[in-house]
Amino acid sequence: MRVVFDLLRTNIEFAIGMFLLAIVVIVSALSFVSPYEPDLIYVVFPDMPPSAEHIMGTTSRGQDTFWRLTFAMRNTLLFGLSVAILSRILSLLIGLVSGYLGGAVDRVLMSINDTFVVIPLFPILVLFYFVMRDSMSWVGLAIIMACLGWAYDARLIRSVTMSLRTREFTQQSVFSGMTTRQIVSQEHLPYVMPIVFSTTMNNMNWSIGLEVTLSVLGFTNINTPTIGTMIYWANQHTALVAGVWWWILFPVLMVVILFIGLFLLAVSMNEYIDPRSRLSRMKGAA
Amino acid sequence: MTTLTQPGAGAAMATPDASVRPVLSVEDLRAYYVLDLFGVKREVRAVDDISIRIMPNEIYGIAGESSSGKTSLIKTIAGAIQPPLTVVGGKVHFDFRGKSIDLYSGAPADLDAIRWRHLSYIMQGSMNVLNPVRRVRQAFIDFAARHIAAPSRRAFEEVVVAHLDRLHLSPHVLDAYPHELSGGMRQRVTIALATVCKPEFIIADEPTTALDVVVQKRVLAMIREVQREIGSSLLFVTHDMSVHANLCDRLGIMYAGRLVEEGATSDLFASPKHPYTQHLISSLPRIGDRTPREGLKGTPPNLADPPPGCRFHPRCPMAMEVCRTVVPPFVTAGKGRRVACFAAEPETIPDGIANATRSIAA
Amino acid sequence: MHGYGQYILKRLGQFVLVVFVGISITFFVTHLTPIDPVETTISAAAAFGSTSPEAIAMLRETLRELYGTEGNVIQQYVTFWGRILQGDFGPSLSAFPTPVSELIARALPWTIGLLVTATIIAWVLGNILGGLAGYYRSNVLLKMSGVLAMGLHPIPYYIVAFVLLILFAYVWPIFPLSGGYRMNLAPRWDATFILSVLYHSILPALSLILVGLGSWFMGMRALVSNIVTEDYVQYAELGGVNRRRILSRYVMRNALVPQMTGLAMSLGAIFNGAIITEEVFGYPGIGSLLVDAVHAGDYSLVLGITTISIVSVAAAVLIIDLAYPLLDPRVKVA
Repeated sequence: MRVVFDLLRTNIEFAIGMFLLAIVVIVSALSFVSPYEPDLIYVVFPDMPPSAEHIMGTTSRGQDTFWRLTFAMRNTLLFGLSVAILSRILSLLIGLVSGYLGGAVDRVLMSINDTFVVIPLFPILVLFYFVMRDSMSWVGLAIIMACLGWAYDARLIRSVTMSLRTREFTQQSVFSGMTTRQIVSQEHLPYVMPIVFSTTMNNMNWSIGLEVTLSVLGFTNINTPTIGTMIYWANQHTALVAGVWWWILFPVLMVVILFIGLFLLAVSMNEYIDPRSRLSRMKGAA
Repeated sequence: MTTLTQPGAGAAMATPDASVRPVLSVEDLRAYYVLDLFGVKREVRAVDDISIRIMPNEIYGIAGESSSGKTSLIKTIAGAIQPPLTVVGGKVHFDFRGKSIDLYSGAPADLDAIRWRHLSYIMQGSMNVLNPVRRVRQAFIDFAARHIAAPSRRAFEEVVVAHLDRLHLSPHVLDAYPHELSGGMRQRVTIALATVCKPEFIIADEPTTALDVVVQKRVLAMIREVQREIGSSLLFVTHDMSVHANLCDRLGIMYAGRLVEEGATSDLFASPKHPYTQHLISSLPRIGDRTPREGLKGTPPNLADPPPGCRFHPRCPMAMEVCRTVVPPFVTAGKGRRVACFAAEPETIPDGIANATRSIAA
Repeated sequence: MHGYGQYILKRLGQFVLVVFVGISITFFVTHLTPIDPVETTISAAAAFGSTSPEAIAMLRETLRELYGTEGNVIQQYVTFWGRILQGDFGPSLSAFPTPVSELIARALPWTIGLLVTATIIAWVLGNILGGLAGYYRSNVLLKMSGVLAMGLHPIPYYIVAFVLLILFAYVWPIFPLSGGYRMNLAPRWDATFILSVLYHSILPALSLILVGLGSWFMGMRALVSNIVTEDYVQYAELGGVNRRRILSRYVMRNALVPQMTGLAMSLGAIFNGAIITEEVFGYPGIGSLLVDAVHAGDYSLVLGITTISIVSVAAAVLIIDLAYPLLDPRVKVA
């Protein structure tokens, strides 16, 4: 907790990122007090521009853009978080095992890892949708994406573990008779956890980006409100041509806020973790 | 770079021969790491009030343990300092044949013009001083081509090969990438690179530290040989007193950012005056001597907050009351000798200090 | 030379592994789901109404074989590979009876052309700007471009492409809305056609470059600010080596090594981006073909595109890997 305050005070990027993310979280939380049901359409007069009554106007499907956006943001955020958590578990497991055991296990795991880094996921996800069609829920998509999106960070965690393995305190733990599992969980995890947090942000950016893209093309369950499906419906109703610009603008704006917020957090946390950049901060201050 | 030149307090300098002008004169040099952490200013006094003169064709050694400020000193002398290390006072003056330069008052461009032609450098950690993705030949071209007047690339390469040959290195090293050479080989190539322009002044910073003993000996012999051949001055820095004993003409002992003793190497080893020098010399192994080596109690001081008075006093077996409050002056003590110690030079103790000479050593 | 041979062998192994794992995933994704795509596809085709019963029978047969409902999962898997190794995905449903391979062959050059050009421009430009920004830290202009790159970089391809389309095709219509060339032109190797292709490619390429540029820029800037503290750079500075030469031959040259690895590592993601960009700009490449195929329920075409995507990305990575020793002499011994 102290770290957070420290960062807020000293790191402008972190402060801005936190601020942007707070906007997104507040908007998502407002969905719980929404006066409209998420699934109903034509509950308000369609195509109204932003006004005091509907601050972001209404859509061509008769929904209030703002309240619709709160549900969409919540689902999008939940989706990103689920993928991040699931894939973190996988990358942590693979990264730690590979980095700690080394040798043949490491070589095999890392070739599989590099394979997953390289494979273009988008066509595979499209194929997956093609087979599942409308029976694909966001939970299913989250699981698939987590299974495909762990590789990049597993390599990172592995390299950190490898450097930890050769440090003195590890040797000492080995001599003091700790088991591998104890060493990994008690000695190394505290070093690895900050990296896990910072990669969470990047991973969320990645998964939400892909989800938005798939949804916009109509390749997810289009009846679940997410930022992507919102843009999809707006495109379906040719919102821009019809002059209903607020239907497109606000979701795009919201998702850009989310992306930049997450990205700034990741950058500032990386800086905080990396001792070299800490040093350069000291130099910069001189 | 801000320069604060103070009127010379280094009057008590000892020079072996007054008729020859020194190549390097350092006067009252102070270089601090100035840190500003969240509004809290801190100074680390890495180089504090140092004066040195080095003559042509002389090998001058600087000794001291790690974090004694010796690397900061030679970085400052080489004009290679970067913030937060800043020169806060004093002067570094080079007097080369036909060209003299004040490092911290001239334009940086002047400095580039003397580099490698007049002043070259053999760096600590020489394992990594060569660009890993380019061949050794490229390094010679980058560093030396602008100083060696050769009508063509081929002629230039002939000069380089002749120089390598003089140092018993095969011309094939030019075609190698650094990673293809062994550590000792890389160091010898670096020495060849640093001497190919026959500079008048060479700075060597722990050039043999990472090498094994046999290779170390060869590299030292090579440095000595090439120095003699081109007649340059050499400023040699290492913590290893045995290397100093074998190589250097004169020696300066550094402790906590200050010079504490200076003299001809043989004199210094024969009769060290400063207790710290005595410790350094007595800790050297001697054949047949089985008495246990006495360690120095305590640790080197934190340069951000050095002890008042003599910086060595908390660890000194001969410390007196006066050492706690007054900085001992660096004074001439015999021919070519200087020392900063109240115990060695009791007449430098100022008057009027109560119990000045009462011992405080534990 | 022995070391280099070993390196090539390792890279080839990685190539085979990528193709193998990728295509196996496509197989299992399609087979572990409870839905039978063959009947779904057939019923979709029948709903079109325009296809003859013989055609439907032929389609069902190809699909059955391609999807492999004969035998157990292992046998199906083997048949699946047999088909793929021959590059035979049968006829396309949406453009019946044109073979899938022909449709892909028609679209692939567009995608590769756009992708290769945009990636090279983004990589080169990002590295040069990032290198300069890392070396000359106090330059205001470079700092500003850093902020811009940081802001653009996290935004996904789709959004960037979409915003560009709105800005430069709707609001200020200086670029065409969609297509790869002017509608009334026939594809030919003449100046008018090539100019038209270039003109139409500007916006899609720009969106790819804008997103890519940011990450190369930031990667390079971070690398450079680390490399300037390396001994060999400091030594060259002490040696009075020309500053521009230090920047190009010492600092950037060494930073390019990890940046090249980074390029190989992110090709998959860049490919994803190109597919998305094509759809936004109606560019006649693989991406548009894929989206159309999904909407038309064309199973064999979707499968074909997925396979081709995996193989071509793996091949591109292999090419980069093989060129890598030119940049870093150390891999020969490693």
